Amino acid sequence: MADKRSTVALQIMWNRLISVVEEQAQALIRTAFSPSVREAGDLSAGVYDADGRMLAQAVTGTPGHVNAMADAVAHFIRRIGPDNIHEGDVYLTNDPWEGTGHLHDFTVVTPSFHNGALVGFFACTAHVVDVGGRGFGADANSVYEEGLYIPIMKFADRGTVDQTLLGIVRGNVRQPDQLVGDLYALANCNEIGHRRLSAMMDEFALGDLTEIATFIFDNSRRATLDRIAALPRRSAAGEMTIDGFSAPITMKVRLDVQADRIVVDFDGTSGLDAKGINCPFVYAKAYACYALKCAIAPEVPNNAASLAPFEVTAPEDCIVNARHPAPVALRHIVGHFVPDAVYAALDQILPDVVPAEGAGCLCNFQMSVRPGHGAPQGARRAEVLTFNSGGSGARPTVDGLNATAFPSGVMTMPVEATEHAGPVVIWRKELRPDSGGAGEHRGGLGQYMEVGARDGYIFDLSAMLDRVDHPARGRHGGANGAPTTIAQDDGTAMRGKGKQPVPYGGRVAMAFPGGGGYGAPKDRAPERVKRDLARGYISPWTAAEVYGLEADDIEAALAAAARGEDV
Amino acid sequence: MTDSKIRLGADIGGTFTDVVLETGSGAFSTKVLTTYDAPERAIVEGMLQVCARAGIAPADIGQIIHGTTLATNALIERRGAKTALVTTEGFRDVIEMRTESRFEQYDLNMVLPEPLLPRQMRFTVPERIDADGGILIPLDEDAVAETADRIAATGAESIAIGLLHSYLNPDHERRVAAILGERMPDVMLSLSCEVSPQMREYERFNTAIANAYVKPQMKSYLGRLREKMRDQGAVCDIFLMHSGGGIISLESAAEFPVRLVESGPAGGAVFAAHIAARHGLDRVLSFDMGGTTAKICLIRDGAPKTARVFEVARSYRFKKGSGMPISIPVIDMVEIGAGGGSLAHVDGMRQIRVGPESAGSEPGPACYARGGTRPAVTDADLVLGRLDPDGFAGGTMTLDAGASDTALVTHLGETLDMDGPTAAFGLSEVVDENMANAARVHAVENGEDLAGYTMIAFGGAAPLHAGRLCEKLGITRLLVPPGAGVGSAIGFLRAPFSFEATRSVYMRLDDLDTAKVTDLLSELQREATAFVRGCDATAEISAEYKAYMRYAGQGWEIPIELSPADAEAPDADTFRRLFDAAYVRLFSRTVAGLDIEITLWSVNAATTVPPVDPVKSLARSGEASKSGTREIFDPARSAFRTAQVVRRADIATGQTVEGPAAITEDETTIIVPSSRRAIRQSDGCIDITAKE
Repeated sequence: MADKRSTVALQIMWNRLISVVEEQAQALIRTAFSPSVREAGDLSAGVYDADGRMLAQAVTGTPGHVNAMADAVAHFIRRIGPDNIHEGDVYLTNDPWEGTGHLHDFTVVTPSFHNGALVGFFACTAHVVDVGGRGFGADANSVYEEGLYIPIMKFADRGTVDQTLLGIVRGNVRQPDQLVGDLYALANCNEIGHRRLSAMMDEFALGDLTEIATFIFDNSRRATLDRIAALPRRSAAGEMTIDGFSAPITMKVRLDVQADRIVVDFDGTSGLDAKGINCPFVYAKAYACYALKCAIAPEVPNNAASLAPFEVTAPEDCIVNARHPAPVALRHIVGHFVPDAVYAALDQILPDVVPAEGAGCLCNFQMSVRPGHGAPQGARRAEVLTFNSGGSGARPTVDGLNATAFPSGVMTMPVEATEHAGPVVIWRKELRPDSGGAGEHRGGLGQYMEVGARDGYIFDLSAMLDRVDHPARGRHGGANGAPTTIAQDDGTAMRGKGKQPVPYGGRVAMAFPGGGGYGAPKDRAPERVKRDLARGYISPWTAAEVYGLEADDIEAALAAAARGEDV
Repeated sequence: MTDSKIRLGADIGGTFTDVVLETGSGAFSTKVLTTYDAPERAIVEGMLQVCARAGIAPADIGQIIHGTTLATNALIERRGAKTALVTTEGFRDVIEMRTESRFEQYDLNMVLPEPLLPRQMRFTVPERIDADGGILIPLDEDAVAETADRIAATGAESIAIGLLHSYLNPDHERRVAAILGERMPDVMLSLSCEVSPQMREYERFNTAIANAYVKPQMKSYLGRLREKMRDQGAVCDIFLMHSGGGIISLESAAEFPVRLVESGPAGGAVFAAHIAARHGLDRVLSFDMGGTTAKICLIRDGAPKTARVFEVARSYRFKKGSGMPISIPVIDMVEIGAGGGSLAHVDGMRQIRVGPESAGSEPGPACYARGGTRPAVTDADLVLGRLDPDGFAGGTMTLDAGASDTALVTHLGETLDMDGPTAAFGLSEVVDENMANAARVHAVENGEDLAGYTMIAFGGAAPLHAGRLCEKLGITRLLVPPGAGVGSAIGFLRAPFSFEATRSVYMRLDDLDTAKVTDLLSELQREATAFVRGCDATAEISAEYKAYMRYAGQGWEIPIELSPADAEAPDADTFRRLFDAAYVRLFSRTVAGLDIEITLWSVNAATTVPPVDPVKSLARSGEASKSGTREIFDPARSAFRTAQVVRRADIATGQTVEGPAAITEDETTIIVPSSRRAIRQSDGCIDITAKE
């Protein structure tokens, strides 16, 4: 019985570690300056053993950090050198290949000492406001143009912050106070994690983390392998094509389910793009793992052992394995489509589990606003970045989610907060009817947005949109979602990606894509069609022509809607 | 003849309606089953019971304070009135699009909760106010009139009005209200600029809609309540507990019923705060554990921590983000699915998981022998010896320990190769750890360290688990007050009349407009005081001022308390100093070189509460005599130990009980771990401290 009771203690410690990293992430959200961290949740936090193996990771808005974070600490140990790690040290980098995929993500790692001995590490990552260079966007031709690059190095040595490093950072970025504030916020949140870990080790009288690490890894590995063992041992291939920047990109995925692992290979995927939408391998691997975990072992917490059975490979210099010095600032665009590509293959092995394709990448854009003629006194430039979502793909048993991100989990900002962030006006932000792909289960609706600058200002819009030419495909007879559109209010066409000027007084109208449908529209329950019609998710035309709803039913549904009834 | 010393507290909960009467010379309480079809009936019945016991007539009652979960339940169960929204053109779907994110990252089949109003009940009108409160598009009044006719055709009883940036400039909302009022004189209106004048449209609109949604029902209920009480001769004023921990008039409550959401738990926090004040405790963690959930709240300097926004109706295992936001002043609590009825299972990683699924009262835990077969927290408590199978609920119910053991072995033990007691230990440790983690995260979010805190435990299941929770949290002192079973209703009688007025007005410390600040704060002070004055014509009213500050560029504000002198003569340097100090306390260091901005201002006006009778800590005066012994499992030592059993009624003031021990009473049992000693204080509190 004594052994079993210590098993209870180990479970309690595992719970505690997961709680510790959640606390660590909360502390970062509360103190960060970067809107993408504090408003959108673009961050991650984790705890590692002394060998750099990830023990627990906070569940945040960024599955893209899953594996990238898991691998990062090993890079730090190697670069800093085991003999050079001291109590009070803090390390950092924004290396896209050894961190989390682009220069805008800073990863900070802190060794954790307990009673004088190195017992583990804490790491966290945040998307910062600015790193200099061209600014956040797709337009760079190499990583050198994308901003300041900090290789893995010491931010603090035995408690002393490197002022030379801070001086260089300050001198190279547009908003130095905020960036330095974010670096401190990252260091602080690791410190909070470290304190909790030490308290736990005192409480359970632990000298090191070996036993708890073994317990976590054994249980996680077994749970993951049990799930994999239950799958049919088969291989399947899938592919999908998206807009890209210079030319369309095709992602090819081959999945191979083996007894004790799943191998994902991207052989045949398109090569690099000339502009900054290339994806370092760590980031693509993270999203491939995330997609598989959601479908196969969603409840197993992320750690070194639960991620290990998912093996990902990709040929060098294809777009999901971009090497230095490829431009990678918007690596999220390709990364966010990786799950849809993986699901194209997985659906053939594991039917009735994965969704149809969805909007995929976030529908982000940045407005660079500057004073024009008639600008008010003291008018200044401003950069306003917004995060928005199209519709997610329909699922085998339920509709897709309206205007909700997948696979990313980041949040949008309130319109009122965005309008306080700079002299911009969001004229419209609402659901886009008829954009969800028809099906037995309908794709989620995309959304309309219309934006402009305040009187006296002029702006450029840096678009980060895809699915203009390649809408989300339906699955098993479901129809495609509606594609992205973008144009000025006078009808002038615009591109889905890149920085584009808007004339004084002009607005940009965008329609973000809907998710694909699942199953044939004729199989959709008539009640759902009537409900969609009453809510205005679909038009009477769609109800009649796509779903075959009778004229009487259409009339009845519209009459019910006019009476305010939810049919 | 009403007697101002005689006061009645009534708390309508999900299962029971608790009624407490204080007469100045004694206190009487009762629990009556909640009568859902006409909730006032249970209050009347409870009132008559306690009046009879106290030997007074309802006409003697000087004041009635009431709190209720009715508004919360209407939101959770979607039983509100037919309601419409009028909003800015282009923004029809704000409450449906939410934050555009998923609250459950790894669930491919996640479903978002339905918004309170379906899309066909959300109407838009052309108008637009900018982020400075200026007008970009004037209100199209013809369109409003036309919208009014369309809404009238739906038969809506209640309308919420939510326009962008109305917290800065309410003119358009007020004009819309006037036009709707003219064309639909009987419809009830809720303006977002009045219900919740704060930036962030999703929260503000949703709060206004929630208010509109419950208003017809609550207004009618409160009217009936007053009538029924008068029928019984109780002619005194009736007041309502609000979620912020204060009391408002029945009229204000009928106008802003959304402020009543969470009034019951708020009463519990006020109850704990009062005990904290009595014992001179400046840092207290209140822990309320019932049948399905546990609630944890921080109490500093005798006042519960408050927040500006909270979530109701979480649809996904109490997951953050799965409910809907309500932005009103509220006592800041964490609620998790951990109660006596919470059920356990083994997950794919062979770990024991507990809750939030609950056995409820039917069939209840396995030991109730009413058909429940899965192990609940109560089953573990029974197998571990914490509960006496023959003494449950004052001896009215016999628990079946064999059924508990079978449930534990079948559902946990067989998978994990554990016997019944070991599985019970695992279950109990997991639920205690869940609560401890929730308390730790809550403390971190508030920049607090729980070492040095005292716990005050109430609710049926709390005294069984509080001792272990204290061990886990490093808390050395625990108080279990008497009357813990009706804590919320007692709390109502301890709360001040209060009202908080807020306004979102942006300002940078670098160019602080001091005249504007003075005007704003005195306007808020007048507004809040007027509300309170409406409840009490004579009492002294004090005001608390707060500015919500952050570094320019951050997203989270820290509430900074301003003294009346700071409010009268605002000074940027003082504000900066106050902010720096608070920031260091929360996040250990300030950030050099950044300007500080203020986003929100609030003034809370409250009547001053009479000073409490302090309880002097007593010297030990011998051990209380035990009624027996039993074997109780000690989780800190992973073993059963022989513990003494002492009846709470048998402990005289000043007497001690050495752990391990079980102190029994009708409603619950207090477990004193081996590491602790209990002493009965003069106010009846059982005071449990670590042995030296």
